[in-house]
Amino acid sequence: MEIPYTYKARPDTGLYNAKVGIWLFLASEIMLFGALFSSYILLRVQAPDGVWPEMRLGWPHGLLNIPIGTFNTVVLISSSVTVVMAWASLKMGKIAAFRRYMILTLMCAFGFLGVKSYDYNEKFTHYELRLKNGEVHTGHLEVNGKHPGFWSFADIWNLDRLTKEKVAEVQFTADPPKPKAGEAHAAEAGHEHVAKAIKRDEISRLEAFIPRNHNFFAIYFTITALHGLHVFVGALVMAYFAFPGSRMWRTNPEQFTNRIEVVGLFWHFVDLVWIFLFPVVYLL
Amino acid sequence: MQATNHTAAHGGGHEAHHHEPGFMQKYIFTTDHKMIGIQYGLTALIFLLFGFCLMLCMRWQIAHPGHPIPLVGSLLEKVLGDVAKDGKMSPDLYNSFGAMHGTIMVFLAIVPLAFGAFGNYVVPLQIGAPDMAFPRVNMASYQFYFLGGIIMFISFFIPGGAAQAGWTSYSPLATSIPTHGQAFWLIGMVFLISSSLLGAVNFIATIIQLRAPGMTWMRLPFFVWAQFVTGFLLLLAFPPLEAASVMQLMDNLFGTSFFLPTGLAVGGRLADISGGGSPLLWQHLFWFLGHPEVYVLILPGMGIVCEIIANNTRKTIWGYKSLVFSVLAIGFLSFIVWAHHMYLTGMGTKISAFFQTTTMIISIPSVILLTCFFISLWGGSIRFNTPMLFALAFLPMFGIGGLTGLPLGFNASDIYLHDSYYVIGHFHYVVAPGTIFGLMAGIYFWFPKMTGRYMNETLGKIHFWFSLLGMNLVFAPMFIQGLKGMSRRMADGGTTYFGADDIAIKLNTSITHAAVLLGLAQLPFIVNLFLSIRNGRKVESDNPWQATTLDWATPTPPPHGNFATEPIVYRGPYEYSSPGAARDFTPQGQKV
Repeated sequence: MEIPYTYKARPDTGLYNAKVGIWLFLASEIMLFGALFSSYILLRVQAPDGVWPEMRLGWPHGLLNIPIGTFNTVVLISSSVTVVMAWASLKMGKIAAFRRYMILTLMCAFGFLGVKSYDYNEKFTHYELRLKNGEVHTGHLEVNGKHPGFWSFADIWNLDRLTKEKVAEVQFTADPPKPKAGEAHAAEAGHEHVAKAIKRDEISRLEAFIPRNHNFFAIYFTITALHGLHVFVGALVMAYFAFPGSRMWRTNPEQFTNRIEVVGLFWHFVDLVWIFLFPVVYLL
Repeated sequence: MQATNHTAAHGGGHEAHHHEPGFMQKYIFTTDHKMIGIQYGLTALIFLLFGFCLMLCMRWQIAHPGHPIPLVGSLLEKVLGDVAKDGKMSPDLYNSFGAMHGTIMVFLAIVPLAFGAFGNYVVPLQIGAPDMAFPRVNMASYQFYFLGGIIMFISFFIPGGAAQAGWTSYSPLATSIPTHGQAFWLIGMVFLISSSLLGAVNFIATIIQLRAPGMTWMRLPFFVWAQFVTGFLLLLAFPPLEAASVMQLMDNLFGTSFFLPTGLAVGGRLADISGGGSPLLWQHLFWFLGHPEVYVLILPGMGIVCEIIANNTRKTIWGYKSLVFSVLAIGFLSFIVWAHHMYLTGMGTKISAFFQTTTMIISIPSVILLTCFFISLWGGSIRFNTPMLFALAFLPMFGIGGLTGLPLGFNASDIYLHDSYYVIGHFHYVVAPGTIFGLMAGIYFWFPKMTGRYMNETLGKIHFWFSLLGMNLVFAPMFIQGLKGMSRRMADGGTTYFGADDIAIKLNTSITHAAVLLGLAQLPFIVNLFLSIRNGRKVESDNPWQATTLDWATPTPPPHGNFATEPIVYRGPYEYSSPGAARDFTPQGQKV
């Protein structure tokens, strides 16, 4: 039994099966991310006026690392180019060039994920501190002479944990105050980068930049993690086609080329999601 | 020329791997759409029975609150522990059973049966395809469904039991209940949704790409059209619920506040959350799936009914094109009616007015569908076999279900009827004697193709008449209860509810008796289904019902690859009693 049009195009639709399949799948993906983006808009619109952290539930601005985000945007867009080049190489029958471009694409994909995890870690080790006297700070924490561990999700502190582990005092290095327009450098210069001892009894709220802290972090981590998962799965599939899966090139080059086209379409979609994500979450 | 080549390749392929596939490959890890359809069907029927049993326990509690459940009470106590102490149903258990009855019936029974089972088995046959476009994706779709089902089932036995927040899982209730049932529910849902997505992609691609030569769009049997639209509904409506499930899972496991408002108090204490979320957001995302889901439930049933009516009236279906365009219109409109489930949320009169308008508009194509089926009966010499009886009963039952929906679509009357037994009566009329009757009709109709034997007519008729009686005795009184203001979701059947009068309370008992009758009426079906596989009357030919569509042009049962020779289609799907034809039916593959 053979299923028709697995790689040859059906004359009246002009498409092979997998191409129809991937476009349908992408349609459903658009609805998936569309729902998350809509949720982002709704949560942001209904947030009270004022800016976090001064306003507890206000929407934060400028929290995310824009240079890193820009870098990642460039990385992903480049990978979209290289994946097209890989496909074009196959069309011209150059399997070696195909593999080179696939390796480049994979490097971009894992580079993106590496940078993203650095970005995440920056958030997990960053704290919001509210004192009972009404002061609000963001900054970095030192407990018992140690910064919270790198890459250890279990090492995230909050007031409950301080109480439970009977920590009487923490060292807190506040971030420099946000530069106001025109006096950026002056503010930086006047700020002292020293840790300050803060007693537990003075603290009314201590929370890292993690999802439960604020809906901004909740939606930021949810969307970017889901997107990161797509990048990861896409990279796995491409790694398969670049190495063991490329055996098919010898038996059925046309079908193999089609497979790369389909993977490429998925990869462009993943790229496109980021192109929306970056301005919406990082810049606006 | 091409056709010859294809046949040659076909024959050659068979010789190359002539060895019989092993048991696992043939029945468990199969990529054959027919076997996957049967897997879906059997699993879904088991869940259908299981969901029904949950409801029987609940009905006992409603009729006799606080009395130990007969027969299964001690078993429940043994398995579930304190929630079923002394064999009595605690309110927590009642809530669990209620939530899981809805979830199981919708996501694990009806959708898999209507879309997974019938769609898989019949669609490739009816369009003249050798299999689905992506057989392995098809297998994965069933496996995801199966895993989702297992997760849902296991959740009954974890400490605290299964999810308790209703099948709609409204936040903040779903996040405030301090057990892990809801997390299991959400993870199970993610599997079920992924399964549906894989299925939907596969169905749509198959229908677009694998139609046999000559099978143009307007020659597709209506059943295929119904599945096509259903596929799009699943494809586009389910992902928002997947997103919502992920967000609610974040709320439950990681303490976020997507759906939790500022100042939420649980058990009299301020909840330890950041707040700032929106409970309405969950409802919007849920019902954005939830309403198209209603049409996912009903359209395949309508497709089956259409096939059976055309076949047993021996007439072409009246208004084929109206049916097709109506079903497309329903598919489109079903995406913009969802908030009529939310009139009472205070989302605003302007939004309510919009959704009230679209809701009234969507009733038009639904009425067109039903009208076409009714007119198709006109002047036919009807064969009253079991599938036809179920198909005929579908029409008035769905009619009652649909028309009682109108007062719920108007927001003025909905404010009174919302969350009452009237709502339960309404949607069960659509789904139970509606869709389930359609599906039963389909089982009796395609059973001869699957096995080569008929199901027993006498048992089938007993099954039909007692089911019809049982269904109506169960659901019709609910309209009265609802109009009398009886609220749903009350673990004691409303005895403590001051507004409920004697009549409404007394109806609880009669409904419970009717539910038992309905349960007993399914016994002949179960017996019939299994005995007929070996002992049923053998079919005389490959086309026992003398039908026109391609599914009957295959060998019985269809082998792997379906057709002996590649089918070519020459005509529309319902050419019955054409003037001048030799017989009273002209199959689609017949040239002259």
